[in-house]
Amino acid sequence: MKIRIASLLASLAVGSVLASPAAAQHAGHSPAEPQQSAEAQTDAKSKCEQEAGRHRAMGHPVAEGACEPAAQPEAAMDHSRMDHMTMDHGSMTAQDGHSGMTMPMDAARPEALSGSHEGMNHGSMPQGNPAEGAMDHSKMNHGEMRQAEAGSSSMDHGQMDHGQMNQGQTPSQDMQGMDHSAMQMGSDDDIPLLPPPPEAGSGPARAAVAIWGEEAMNEARRELVRETDGGMRFWFQGDRLEYRAREGKDGYLWDIQGYYGGDIDKFWFKSEGEGSFGEPIEGAEVQALWSRAIAPFFDFQAGVRQDLTGPERTHAVIGIQGIAPYQFEVDAAAFVSTKGDVTARIEGELDQRITQRLILQPRAELALSAQDIPELGIGAGLDRIEAGLRLRYEFAREFAPYVGVSQEWRIGDSADFARAAGEDPSVTNYVVGVRFWF
Amino acid sequence: MIAVNRRKFLGAGAGGMGLLSFAGAMPAWARGADILAGNARKGLDEVSGPNIDLTVARSAFATGNRRGGAIAVNGTIPGPLLRLQEGTTVRLNVHNQLEEDTSIHWHGLLVPFQLDGVPGVSFPGVKPGETFTAEFPVRQSGTYWWHSHSGLQEQAGHYGAIVVDPAGPDPVQADREYIVVLSEFSEMSPHTIFDKLKKGEGYFNYNQNTWTDDYPLSGEDRRMWARMRMMPTDILDVSSAAYTYLLNGHGPLDNLEYLFRPGERVRLRFINAGAMTFFNIRIPGLPMTIVQADGQNVEPVEVDEFQIGVAETYDVVVTPGAQQAYTLVAESMDRSGMGIATLASAPGARAAIPPLRDPPLLTMADMGMSDMDHGSSGDAGMSGMDHGSGGDMAGMDHGSSGQAEMAGMAGMSGMQMRDTSLLPPDVKVGPGLDMVSMNPVDRMGDPGIGLADVPHRTLDYRKLRAFTPHREGRTPSRRMEIHLTGNMERYMWSFDGKKFSAVSDEPIRFAYNERVRVKLVNDTMMAHPIHLHGHFFELVNGAPADRQPLKHTVILQPGGSAQFDLTADEPGDWAFHCHLLYHMHAGMFQIVTVANPDGSEA
Repeated sequence: MKIRIASLLASLAVGSVLASPAAAQHAGHSPAEPQQSAEAQTDAKSKCEQEAGRHRAMGHPVAEGACEPAAQPEAAMDHSRMDHMTMDHGSMTAQDGHSGMTMPMDAARPEALSGSHEGMNHGSMPQGNPAEGAMDHSKMNHGEMRQAEAGSSSMDHGQMDHGQMNQGQTPSQDMQGMDHSAMQMGSDDDIPLLPPPPEAGSGPARAAVAIWGEEAMNEARRELVRETDGGMRFWFQGDRLEYRAREGKDGYLWDIQGYYGGDIDKFWFKSEGEGSFGEPIEGAEVQALWSRAIAPFFDFQAGVRQDLTGPERTHAVIGIQGIAPYQFEVDAAAFVSTKGDVTARIEGELDQRITQRLILQPRAELALSAQDIPELGIGAGLDRIEAGLRLRYEFAREFAPYVGVSQEWRIGDSADFARAAGEDPSVTNYVVGVRFWF
Repeated sequence: MIAVNRRKFLGAGAGGMGLLSFAGAMPAWARGADILAGNARKGLDEVSGPNIDLTVARSAFATGNRRGGAIAVNGTIPGPLLRLQEGTTVRLNVHNQLEEDTSIHWHGLLVPFQLDGVPGVSFPGVKPGETFTAEFPVRQSGTYWWHSHSGLQEQAGHYGAIVVDPAGPDPVQADREYIVVLSEFSEMSPHTIFDKLKKGEGYFNYNQNTWTDDYPLSGEDRRMWARMRMMPTDILDVSSAAYTYLLNGHGPLDNLEYLFRPGERVRLRFINAGAMTFFNIRIPGLPMTIVQADGQNVEPVEVDEFQIGVAETYDVVVTPGAQQAYTLVAESMDRSGMGIATLASAPGARAAIPPLRDPPLLTMADMGMSDMDHGSSGDAGMSGMDHGSGGDMAGMDHGSSGQAEMAGMAGMSGMQMRDTSLLPPDVKVGPGLDMVSMNPVDRMGDPGIGLADVPHRTLDYRKLRAFTPHREGRTPSRRMEIHLTGNMERYMWSFDGKKFSAVSDEPIRFAYNERVRVKLVNDTMMAHPIHLHGHFFELVNGAPADRQPLKHTVILQPGGSAQFDLTADEPGDWAFHCHLLYHMHAGMFQIVTVANPDGSEA
């Protein structure tokens, strides 16, 4: 399989979209919030207007001013949730404006819930009839206008006279584009969306205290809270522990991480290192980070990194770790060393399940630097690329040996530093190792 | 049809119990089904009378090739069947021989709240070595169950059946009755299972989509799921990789037998006492007539298969006779395994055991994106679009051409899988919420994941009608909405984006006798069985108001919604939670407080 660095990079870019607030990704809808009584009409109007805009965008004609407030609260009736099955259009008075409406609806059908309104042709309603003219069946929100219609919970739709409703002052809206067939039955819009009444009381639940005592119940409540909170846990992962066969002396690599913490805040640690057998360790580091969940799939991490080899360096670390769209596992961090050097690293991995247990994992890592750091052999700009492909078999989820290949390139000045040190700026490693966690 | 003739109860026994033997007289375990000493016995003893002792103790359990630690009550798993009589007073003594606190919740029984058995809500719990006595009048009849509400003890075996015989004649006429307690056993400790769920998303799922699978998923489908960072195969969190599915404590190899004489009406009382498993129940060759749901009689509905969510109960009547034997199949909803028993006309008679069916996949509807599966049920049009609750349309049109629009939407970048502006303001948006249903339609007409396409009759909530009209006829005075929220990757679960720890001082409050329509909206791609303690609510399922079925647990299908009418007439503090044990453990739990009749705080 071709190593697709480009797609990895692209996915990383996609991942950054996550950081933008949800509100920014969203346009054109009003939040579903309960309307408080005083603003009910205003809200209904503005919501109506938003909705009307969307209707227009969909190509449905909506008359200007169709959202003007009505003289009567019924103007805000949400027909979409009205139980049309129980509405007895047949009993409407002659002047109710529905005379032109054809409704081949079988009101006697026992399965009221599966009533179909497909045959209901609102389009043939008499145009210009003020009763129906401005009614936006899709949006007007009747049920939530609690104050204006104290009697609405007992409103008998069967007896409702649409002719008297005076839905609005503006002329007709063509309802032809509406399809009532998919309406939700059930007349819960008769029922206002309200907080509990004062008789429901307030404050914590204390009923059991009166019976079993304050102390015993408080202790039990604390235990219940603790027990249903997801808990604290320790996780340790050896992501890559491998033997690396290559030209010259074979080498080794470790890449481990783990955490201790709860759902949101964790102490996170990482360590990486590599070397060649028979030589001093080439590079090794540990990181200690505070990790905080900031999005469904991403943690923010900040802390310190200590280099264990070479010139003594300590770095401040800031980064994110998580899962980007398309299931890329991403770890990106920037480092500022005690010498003031700024570097960064981006890693991406993607697990591709071939079978339930055989998993192919492309992996890429980029190292970047804001400046040349000759004593560390780091070149400004893109310093190093590592691309790998590992095939693992999960004997258990926690234990999976693998084989693979890993290619490293040192780029630009970094390559020059490598050549100057007598090293090859391009190294191919054939790896065998194990991935595990507990 | 009311008359009850020759009603008698028989415990189901392993390996061929005599036709006329009664449970308890010759329990199954007595014939030596277990070969490992120290194990809890499998199956049901029966206890009854005005004074009942239940002793909770550590044990071990073995089934098939799995053996591990367990908790047994009165030495058996499941614990004993409590056989109660409506109109009597019962005294239940819970003896705790564990080294930790325990409790027993009488699931579905109407009891004073302080006896409801939820530590931290209704009482402090039962300390090690202590005895808790719950004495209360039995106010109802039907099939119920009991289980621990402490920690994860339920998973370990701390559960059992309750049958309350009616004071008057039973409208359900049967010649023979059996209990079918569905559950799971795992060698893994429940805490380890939870730990794996937290650390390794999909840990137990060995039906994942792969390069080599047979799933009917296009490349585009697969990319879409990957883009969402979710799995179309995420049906149940824990599978047969960890579980052996049990019927009355018997694994598939344990030869559980229910005996019948041809032509008899046999009543099967199904109780899903599993911690995490929804089961699809069928008896190939034998139609089942549903007569009771959650202990409440319903108008008979004949089906060939039904799904039972965790904590639900269904009573069915079957009339076997055409065959010598029938296989009772309790297939896990993810179809990773099954529990098996045989309805046999003679000991040892067996019928073919059907193979596991292909595992189901989540659909667009499960993503909260309306229903792409129009058809199967007659009310498909209804499940199309919910035009209500102000703004839940999320850029969708009026459903006039759902299919075409959905196709268009699938191409939208990001698909607005987490449009948090659709949420009411009281839903907390944070890392614990990975998805918002774009169009959470009422899915009461859904037979459950994987059953929409089966070629036979299935059950859904719209088919349930209360057998007797209930008296309550008031229109609810208000509505409220509760969102079911979660993050599969982090294994966080909550109501309204808030784990119980965030709202433990802010219970859901009701005035006494207040009637409220509660809408539950599932902003996750999992089915959740939501249980309210101490009450029966009425499913708003299209039935006439006085025939809305009474239930204590309602399944919220993925990405969908459901409504129930609640008359809050049982004062006190009550637990309200997802009955998937590890979801509750992760935070999907709340307290419901019902004020006292005099208006004082409960």
